[in-house]
Amino acid sequence: MNISKEEVLHVAKLARLKFTDDEAEALAKDMESIIGFANKLNELDTEGVVPTAHAIPMSNAFREDVVKPSFDRDAMLQNAPSKEDGGYTVPKVVE
Amino acid sequence: MHTLTAHEIRDRIKNKELSSVEITKAYLDRIASVEDKVESYVTVLSEEAIQSAEAVDKKIASGEQVGALAGVPIALKDNLCTKGVLTTCSSKMLYNFCPPYDSTVAKKLKDADTVLLGKVNMDEFAMGSSTETSYFKKTKNPYDLTKVPGGSSGGSAACVAADEATFTLGSDTGGSIRQPASLCGCVGMKPTYGTVSRFGLVAFASSLDQIGPLAKDVQDCALVYDQIVGYDPMDSTSVNREYSSFEQALTGDVKGLKIGMPAEYMGEGISAPVQKAVLAALESFKAMGADYEEMHLPLNEYALPAYYMISSAEASSNLARFDGVKYGYRAEKFEDLADLYAQTRSEGFGAEVKRRIMIGTYALSSGYYDAYYKKAQQVRTMIMQDFDKAFQKYDVLVTPTTPTTAFGFGEKTDDPLQMYMADICTVSVNIGGLPAVVLPCGYDENGLPIGLQIIGKPFGEAAILNAAYALEKTITKIKPAL
Repeated sequence: MNISKEEVLHVAKLARLKFTDDEAEALAKDMESIIGFANKLNELDTEGVVPTAHAIPMSNAFREDVVKPSFDRDAMLQNAPSKEDGGYTVPKVVE
Repeated sequence: MHTLTAHEIRDRIKNKELSSVEITKAYLDRIASVEDKVESYVTVLSEEAIQSAEAVDKKIASGEQVGALAGVPIALKDNLCTKGVLTTCSSKMLYNFCPPYDSTVAKKLKDADTVLLGKVNMDEFAMGSSTETSYFKKTKNPYDLTKVPGGSSGGSAACVAADEATFTLGSDTGGSIRQPASLCGCVGMKPTYGTVSRFGLVAFASSLDQIGPLAKDVQDCALVYDQIVGYDPMDSTSVNREYSSFEQALTGDVKGLKIGMPAEYMGEGISAPVQKAVLAALESFKAMGADYEEMHLPLNEYALPAYYMISSAEASSNLARFDGVKYGYRAEKFEDLADLYAQTRSEGFGAEVKRRIMIGTYALSSGYYDAYYKKAQQVRTMIMQDFDKAFQKYDVLVTPTTPTTAFGFGEKTDDPLQMYMADICTVSVNIGGLPAVVLPCGYDENGLPIGLQIIGKPFGEAAILNAAYALEKTITKIKPAL
């Protein structure tokens, strides 16, 4: 199992994480050992086995489409690190 | 007074032999005297606890109807949302997060008139087996302060073992209730997936997570489960069915109970004192009229790798919501929106959480999905079929909870795989969505508790709790010297 620093940095970009070069190198080693451990699964023949996403057999949970009282806007915004005029604020994305 | 169990407190308060304020004060005094050694709490609610205890006493004095656990002082793991009370997941990312709503379990225990003493420590976002990944503090094992309490619900377990609350709730994704409960000599249960609402539990791996009790004895474990079990329309994975009282179903009669002992859980890597104590417990079951025999769950060695692929993949998706916009930590310096996300996440998450997000993102990324994520889900199916077959023959399965008793701080932090091995006896239960209860079945030569696990069929909580109740009567429990 070989995972390069470049691969680590690619995955980090997908996960919206940043690492220094040293961190990426250490992480490459950890990932090699953990993903290498997962390669043990290849010892099993899973041809035709249906994957399980959910332990208890149940289908979609539907409910009546009825309007009910929801959370107050201010209550939802109370934890926002930055807010203005009843909304979250983020850096400008459109010039 | 702080050594009383929840059922004893409930009965004494009902008979007016004890007031809620008295018992709450006794617990707050206990916290004041041992918390600097144990460090199980992230938040202690001294004033609020006294206020809610006074409210309970007032209700009782005026003859009002009170909840089933009126006046019982409790604590909750810090990943269970509590309205107006900090819920940090022991992470820098949520260091200031104050939920605007109660999780369903917090609401149910509030409605039962319990008194919330505070929120307890955990591994960051429940990722770990020693509570060492907490951003805030290192919780100690009350039996030996140089040892870890286990994890991720290490605060929940140490808190109960140190008599800093009558019971606590934890969450269990791969052993996070059962492993710390065993290392701290408590009774803990991971219920069947879907029986306890996950609404308001900060998600780690949604197809594996389940909330459950950590308690001083089996009866308490059953009575807490009675309070938190049940269908909740707010959780789309909640199972809609009726439950009768688990506490009242405890008879202690195990005559004719068919117990399977999977050989794969008793082999290499399981320490001699643990094996000895589990075998002695099986003999006790036999003396009480149950039968046990060795059997096989040949796929168990694949449970851990499958678990780490599935749980990390689900975690990488669940933790995408922490981006510095809606709640919690936000980086001070960033260049643009994408950088705000990346900078916030890199500064807000600790090393183990980032590692799991990276593993999960890798397993889900283009070109690897089939090889890792889908493969693990297929192996999950095969492991579940193994359990199905076993439960055609046996009523319950008995195993150790952990390979060893509590280990030292820093002992396993350098090698993530070493730490993951601490969950080798517990993860398969989450993969199968099964219920399992753990209880102390002995102590090693250093006086550290040894945990035994009883695994049941789906929705088989009554059977495993009753077996645990019977075994508990044969065990002499030792309290930690604090």
